[in-house]
Amino acid sequence: MLSYIDKIKEISTRLLKECRVEMVIGFRKGTVPMMNEPHFARSAEAVESFVWDSNCGINLCNYLTNRGEKIGIVAKGCDSRNIVTHIIENKIKRDQLVIIGVPCKGMIDKRKITAMFEGEITEVIEAEDRITVKGDGFEKALDKKDVLQQNCSVCIHRNPVIYDELAGDLVEEQTDVDRYADVREIETLSPQEKAAYFEKLLEPCIRCYACRNVCPLCYCPTCFTDESRPQWVGKGQDPTDVMTFHFLRAYHCAGRCTDCGACERACPVGINMRVFTKKLEKDCLELFEWEAGLNPDVRPPLDTYRPSDPDEFIK
Amino acid sequence: MEHMGIEPGRLQFSWVSSAESTKFVKVATEVTQAIKALGPNKNLAKTMPKVA
Repeated sequence: MLSYIDKIKEISTRLLKECRVEMVIGFRKGTVPMMNEPHFARSAEAVESFVWDSNCGINLCNYLTNRGEKIGIVAKGCDSRNIVTHIIENKIKRDQLVIIGVPCKGMIDKRKITAMFEGEITEVIEAEDRITVKGDGFEKALDKKDVLQQNCSVCIHRNPVIYDELAGDLVEEQTDVDRYADVREIETLSPQEKAAYFEKLLEPCIRCYACRNVCPLCYCPTCFTDESRPQWVGKGQDPTDVMTFHFLRAYHCAGRCTDCGACERACPVGINMRVFTKKLEKDCLELFEWEAGLNPDVRPPLDTYRPSDPDEFIK
Repeated sequence: MEHMGIEPGRLQFSWVSSAESTKFVKVATEVTQAIKALGPNKNLAKTMPKVA
């Protein structure tokens, strides 16, 4: 994965020099370890700041919404699926984009790594499948596959689904993963147990809306949770309001979510709100044989009608 | 809804034409009976606002 960066820089410089795009969206090194940040390169010099490693988990598609100019964008598998969703939803035009596809081997979970060590981590060095973590008085080498983000470890679309350029050879897709083990576990609970489980899960939520802001699907000019006329949901810390916010946000992502994991990654208190979006993803797959963002020419299940759509719930 | 912790049966869907008055009465009676049997909703219901 690390070797992609030369190719990314080369492609970006070429695109900018030939004036095919006004800017290229990629990643640059963050100020703390394991936190790369988005970088918008508008000149060949700015391209030099680009990096690529296993800390590029943010979904860059989030920065494409309603843009007017021509843009080059670095896209992993999940980013590319969100770009497809953006094209379907008329948030960006395909001919505005030059997609630099990056075959991805998964991003590392900074929370998992931080939890492994007592003191502050000052440096994280990556070499293919090994991650070396350094801090005050400790140094340890980890296997990358042990510290992958959960969504990356069960990902079956590592290669970008649409691209104009490729930063490396396509990687082998995972086929023997159980994508929905966690969802099935929750499905076996009784309604009371589920309610208690979710209440506990969402207890630390501080309603900062980082999950919404980082999500490429959440582009409404005014989010339902910010509206006050009518006020759909209370704005406080009441457990009912917190749950309503998370449930409704998940529903708005039904049939659109690509499980990129940006929401979980952005959450400052580490809530795994992907259990909601994943349930809907699983339902979409089982009821409509639908996976979001694979083909810009196919309309999503929620805006099409098929006589075979399930309707047993209507009496 | 069921996945969020609302009991099955508390939310029901029906398709009733404006000409099907008897079906409407039947559905309304059945839904009311089913919900009454379940008792008051406890999950996802706001009680008193919590003040820290």
